[in-house]
Amino acid sequence: MTQISSLEERFLQIIDADEKIEPKDWMPEEYRKTLIRQISQHAHSEIVGMLPEGNWITRAPSLKRKLALLAKVQDEAGHGLYLYSACETLGIDRSTLLDQLHTGKAKYSSIFNYPTLTWADMGAIGWLVDGAAIMNQVPLCRCSYGPYARAMVRVCKEESFHQRQGYEIMTVLCKGSAEQKALAQDALNRWWWPSLMMFGPNDADSTHSEWSMRWKIKRFSNDELRQRFVDMTVPQAELIGLTIPDPDLKFNSDKNGYDFGPINWDEFWEVVKGNGPCNEERLKARIDAHEKGQWVREAAAAYALKQQQKSTISKIA
Amino acid sequence: MENNWPLYEVFIRSKNGLSHKHVGSLHAADAEMALENARDVYTRRNEGVSIWVVKAADIKASDPADGDFLFEPASDKIYRHPTFYDVPDAVKHM
Amino acid sequence: MELNRKKFILQWADNSMILGQRLSEWCGHGPVLEQDIALTNIALDLIGEARYLYQLLASEEGTSEDDYPFLRKESEFYNLLLVEQPNEDWAYTMIRQVIFDHFHYYFLSEVMKCADSQLADIAAKSVKEVRYHLKFSSEWVIRLGDGTVESNQRMQKAVDDMAKFAAEPYLPSEADVWMQDFQQGPDLNNLKAIADKALYEIIEEAKLQWPDQQTIRKGGKEGRHSEHMGYLLATMQYMQRAYPGLDW
Repeated sequence: MTQISSLEERFLQIIDADEKIEPKDWMPEEYRKTLIRQISQHAHSEIVGMLPEGNWITRAPSLKRKLALLAKVQDEAGHGLYLYSACETLGIDRSTLLDQLHTGKAKYSSIFNYPTLTWADMGAIGWLVDGAAIMNQVPLCRCSYGPYARAMVRVCKEESFHQRQGYEIMTVLCKGSAEQKALAQDALNRWWWPSLMMFGPNDADSTHSEWSMRWKIKRFSNDELRQRFVDMTVPQAELIGLTIPDPDLKFNSDKNGYDFGPINWDEFWEVVKGNGPCNEERLKARIDAHEKGQWVREAAAAYALKQQQKSTISKIA
Repeated sequence: MENNWPLYEVFIRSKNGLSHKHVGSLHAADAEMALENARDVYTRRNEGVSIWVVKAADIKASDPADGDFLFEPASDKIYRHPTFYDVPDAVKHM
Repeated sequence: MELNRKKFILQWADNSMILGQRLSEWCGHGPVLEQDIALTNIALDLIGEARYLYQLLASEEGTSEDDYPFLRKESEFYNLLLVEQPNEDWAYTMIRQVIFDHFHYYFLSEVMKCADSQLADIAAKSVKEVRYHLKFSSEWVIRLGDGTVESNQRMQKAVDDMAKFAAEPYLPSEADVWMQDFQQGPDLNNLKAIADKALYEIIEEAKLQWPDQQTIRKGGKEGRHSEHMGYLLATMQYMQRAYPGLDW
């Protein structure tokens, strides 16, 4: 008991000194669990997040857009991989994590359960969804767990082009024909509220936040980050002549930020529970890819084993 | 049949003159595949000129609990550091 | 512009464009995350290569690079039937790839040396990437051919089905002949001997059998495609057909 408490004391000292916890360091079980939950959820979000945008790769309207979108979705695969790797340092392997995703035990960001209906959605996702993600992710570069923080540094460095390419798509649409501008506005209308939901429940209703803050896994509250996102995004929308679909949106000079209308949390929880427009399709796509890859993974493992045996035999001989 | 490919740790030399630095890990069936995937995953933006991959299971790591006897003894051996020695101010660089 | 030259460029560009389009369908659906990333890299290389060629045509004809992939009709595409075949599974995708990579690599190695310096430059740039594609697909074919009983069967089936598309790259079109005669372009007969030898070595190492008697499917170089091509273009050109004449 005394040993545990001295270990815990040492652990908290490291946290308080803003130093990093590394994989083999002692850590409270709850810290480990929180990290596994958060990092794996983050990794799953990257991988599932490939699907809504992947939906438009084959239909991208120009060579430039096709290459950019392909590279962007590929980056998401890379980010998923960095994050799975970080998660694996906590003593859980990727196949277990994938099982948790496929069986519905693990969650991913709800935003990816919305459909991408037009090309403008590629703009809206890059601009809003990646914008919100960056808002969430930049503070994670300073997270107390070393491997997670390092993965996030890589992710953030690579993400910077994602939001820009999204906003550029929106800008071009807004400068285009009336029909194109309407596509852009329609995409904003559909993605705005789900983007705000990406920051998670209001602070008062957030279950995991307190410890996450104490352990410096999380550095800012959901509501703080959401407010920052709104303040950053509203002027960007105005600049290209788009209207944020919120009649209550108003600049509040007292707080030097925008007041905005209530978020429909019933919708949020419905999507989390699996009743969003695309939950089934997204999960099915992931499971299909995994199952259809089964024979490929087995064969490559079998081949590697044969090669290993051959080289052992040749060494003996 | 085992189909959970082993984990490889990836080290990249970003340019000649620098040492290889750990950048992350990945799964591959064999070392050759690991090397190619490392190229595809970790050098998408010209981050490297040379790659090492090592099976994670082959790395023997020190135990952080042993930190006190492994690393602390070095901390009071200040005579290993140049600033331990006084030289006249007139000597500019040494 | 010399019509044969244009046709030669389109044959080359369309191969890379259409195969890149096919490979990009895998993005997000690969058997392992690492391979998803690898295959997407190849798709990016191929579409990038096609883009250089379309840009060259656009600069000479005063058009836009996007006109070529997005506004031509099916019969105006001159790619090989091989590259438009559906992905099916990882086995088909890898066999299609290894056949194409062998052609592509040796083809570029020759175009690099041709008299048309603009084409030679693009070939020299791409050949480095394609060398990697060739290594990647060859290794995968060996791994899967010599993996498990199931993987061997799947690969053999893919070989049996795809072999009929493997000869078309080396059947010279008029444009190919013109390039060879007037621009020191590739000698396709010569190319076939070298590329096939290398390919058959991979197939053998993979413990697979190349079918002896085979039909040859051709027509792509003349714009006569398989039924798959129309659907591929319907998808790829959707935006231009639904919203003609706009910038994106």
